[in-house]
Amino acid sequence: MKLNKTVLALAISAVILSGCSEDEKDASLTDGTQHAASGINDASTSGLNNGSGLSGSEMNASGMYPNAGIGPEFSDPNNPLSKSTIYFMLDSSQVQNDFVPVIAAHAQYLMAHPDQRVVMEGHGDERGSREYNIALGEQRAKSIVSMMKVQGVSESQLEVVSYGEEKPASLGHDEASWELNRRVEIVYQGK
Amino acid sequence: MSFFRKILLIGLISSYMPSSYAEMTIEITEGIESALPISIVPFAMQGRSGVPVDVSFVVDADLGRSGYFKTLDKQSMSGHPSTAEAIQFKDWQALGQNYMVIGQVVEDQGQYNVQFQLFDVYKGQPVMGYRMASSAGDLRRTAHHISDLIFEKLTGKKGVFSGRIAYITSSRQGRQSTHKLQVSDADGFNAQTIASSVEPLMSPAWSPDGRKIAYVSFEKKSAAIYIQTLATGERVRVAEFPGINGAPSWSPDGAKLALTLSKDGNPDIFVLNLVTRALTKLTKSFAIDTEPTWSPDGRNIVFTSDRGGKPQLYIMSSQGGDEKRLTFSGNYNARASFSPDGRSIAMVHGNGSDFRIAVMDMATKAVNVITDGRSDESPSFAPNGSMILYASRKGNAGYLSAVSLDGKMQQKLVFDSNEIREPAWSP
Repeated sequence: MKLNKTVLALAISAVILSGCSEDEKDASLTDGTQHAASGINDASTSGLNNGSGLSGSEMNASGMYPNAGIGPEFSDPNNPLSKSTIYFMLDSSQVQNDFVPVIAAHAQYLMAHPDQRVVMEGHGDERGSREYNIALGEQRAKSIVSMMKVQGVSESQLEVVSYGEEKPASLGHDEASWELNRRVEIVYQGK
Repeated sequence: MSFFRKILLIGLISSYMPSSYAEMTIEITEGIESALPISIVPFAMQGRSGVPVDVSFVVDADLGRSGYFKTLDKQSMSGHPSTAEAIQFKDWQALGQNYMVIGQVVEDQGQYNVQFQLFDVYKGQPVMGYRMASSAGDLRRTAHHISDLIFEKLTGKKGVFSGRIAYITSSRQGRQSTHKLQVSDADGFNAQTIASSVEPLMSPAWSPDGRKIAYVSFEKKSAAIYIQTLATGERVRVAEFPGINGAPSWSPDGAKLALTLSKDGNPDIFVLNLVTRALTKLTKSFAIDTEPTWSPDGRNIVFTSDRGGKPQLYIMSSQGGDEKRLTFSGNYNARASFSPDGRSIAMVHGNGSDFRIAVMDMATKAVNVITDGRSDESPSFAPNGSMILYASRKGNAGYLSAVSLDGKMQQKLVFDSNEIREPAWSP
């Protein structure tokens, strides 16, 4: 977690530093993409820096707590809702016991807030083939969705997208990075 | 519609800016012992405005990196003759050369006439000679064509120097990533970006006629499959179902696309008829089924499935049904790619901690591991079937590599980008 914070701080300063000079070039390169995206997913693209491509969660608040914008409980380190990343074992989509209380807390929150939607972003480490890792990432996300449904969360609140190994959280190529990359991120959607 | 126009514009801009004269170097890491000594004598250049491409240098580099030839550096040559009469064959015999190539490039009002002759040094006789016209912009292509002609004449195998490769690159600035689908010549020059996005791009697949590329884009923050026409930059979205839209693979006749969709709950193989738009579901297992690839005769599809617990390769009829497991050695076999003659398949083979490229003989089912990396992936056959292009990594540096089917010959293509992957060799 300490590592994440440092990376994030660096990332934010890099964005600020590079923002002005890169804006024009980025806009010309990515304008089409942004245009297409805005029609589909207003919630996650609104309020974004033009062409920056940062997702809502990464821009939000402190970054330690990607869902902090949803409510104060999401950035209270003593509240399980402050945890939004579920980690997995190699080649497995089975939820480990440590994370059951975290998932249960999110499920309870969602049942109490039936208008709130979340996207389960499934991810994998870089080993093995890329499309297989897309499938594995989806299985991981779906195993959390099914736990939440069992607890009573409405299916309409839950969306799944798998990025496989395409969006690593840690850029290293060793076991420590792989562990951080085998994950599902619970991403609350803005209203 | 401005979206499509924008993409088209990007295509046009990049095609006028060959961005990559220093983007790539090629190192031969393993050559064959029987490499043929050949001298590519610098071609004579005539013309007022000079010649923008050193044609003989490109031919020398092509043949040298193929591993089949050992080229002589120009300092060691005994003179630089450009006509048959000027060649002293005895001198070249003394240099241990089996073959030599001479040529001329003559400029005439912005057009170029290129001619070359290949000689057998011991017999002192011409083996082949051609004359061809080229525009300035096509000179590299002409040089690759010359390499193809020489290669085929002397090895009996079709050359692949005129081909192109597609691949994905990623770069990061802070938390912002830029993902690009690029197409370059087979030697890495003339790289052009054909699609760019802040969200991931994946799985480029050439149409059998080499005119289009199908790929996966997450630009809408969910997966969709697009088919883009290279000449115009126009593209069409062909699959955007809930869940996975992945692993596009063209049927050999170019009329259908096999793909992976998870819209019914878990990833299954489907076939999309590109003419009628009809979608047919081929697999119905409760496991992961993905990475379909057609056999060159169009009859079968090989795919990856973990229905047995671990990912392994399976084969079925391209109409669906008759599913059989193909791989039994190693606990991970995935991402199959057929050789052009259909006799073998390349795959990603894992035996615990490392992932390497292996080749299976379809008749005997014997599996031969041909690379020795730790995370080798995405094998793609050269159109003449002699080499397999794949993505590899050493430490933080990602690169592309090409290896002969027996693993004896290997070359490394090092690009500027450290995140380069999913190479696909054009048909």
